Amino acid sequence: MEIRWHILLAIMGASIVTLLPRVLPLVVLSRIQLPDWTMRWLNYVPVAVMAALIGQELFMADGKVDFIKKYIEILAAIPTFATAILTRSLLGTVVVGILSIIVLRFVL
Amino acid sequence: MSENVQLNKHEIDVGEESFLQGVKDCIPTLLGYLSIGFAAGVVGKTSGLSIMEITLMSSMIYAGSAQFIMAGMIASQGSVTAIILTVFIVNLRHLLLSAAISPYFRQLSSFKMTLIGSLLTDETFGVAINKAMNQKSISEKWMHGLNITAYLNWIIATLAGAFFGQWITNPEKFGLDFALTGMFIGLLVLQMISRKIIIKDLVVAVSAVLIVLGTSTFLSGSMAVIAATVAAATIGMVVEKWK
Repeated sequence: MEIRWHILLAIMGASIVTLLPRVLPLVVLSRIQLPDWTMRWLNYVPVAVMAALIGQELFMADGKVDFIKKYIEILAAIPTFATAILTRSLLGTVVVGILSIIVLRFVL
Repeated sequence: MSENVQLNKHEIDVGEESFLQGVKDCIPTLLGYLSIGFAAGVVGKTSGLSIMEITLMSSMIYAGSAQFIMAGMIASQGSVTAIILTVFIVNLRHLLLSAAISPYFRQLSSFKMTLIGSLLTDETFGVAINKAMNQKSISEKWMHGLNITAYLNWIIATLAGAFFGQWITNPEKFGLDFALTGMFIGLLVLQMISRKIIIKDLVVAVSAVLIVLGTSTFLSGSMAVIAATVAAATIGMVVEKWK
């Protein structure tokens, strides 16, 4: 149950460099009136970042684009997307996603 | 007079979202991070970290990909400087999330803003920005409820991974590895449906996927996400100008 000195140092440093990007834009940008184009740009960030994360999760394995290794995940994404569109339920989407991948891994 | 009435109405609108509602709205995302947190705990333990070190890491850093990479670098005797620099790059993405959510918290003090920002993650961002559609601001209490639930879930998950990881040989058997993808899909779709600018959003989403895959040949995974987000959001703005 010990904490080694160099690990503590790494955790402290890592926590500071994680905290700053999380906090600074909130504190600074909310104080100033952003120009219209910035607001419209920021408006697209949520869709862009989620899509990028999904792209990585679905199409990449071990840091490389690999459709063959990920074909079960890609197939499982179809009912998952369908559930999200039809039910608009986040929990339902997660559950259908998990069930789809279990079934597909069992069958294929 | 009429202005006063409007102000009051606005305050009530925001006040409605309680801490408890934030806790409830976090529930759908718990499973996704439970499995990732569990995995992070297992990886931490197999990298030779003590339970205390893993707990400290989860509570101080609170970022999945960074913790995975950190555990790996510690196992391979990476230097403290290299570890900190890598974590910085991996978590730079939060700049964009924090910036995108800032317009909804104008009413708060810097201290309160720091509390909210320090627990911002992909998932709490996704849930909050969905909530913020058609609203001018996000309730502070609601955001704390969401944030703190996600945070505790993460710490518990990594601890469970560190304790029980040795007996779970194959988490993929339970499909839990796909919970996170499912959650991102849900968050993306719900957002696009509520925004009602489907075509522009589709252009942005498809661009983001193509760019993240394209840039991953020469950028690290986290830098590719940042590049894709910046470029795709810019494409969205340009498409908007055309119409």
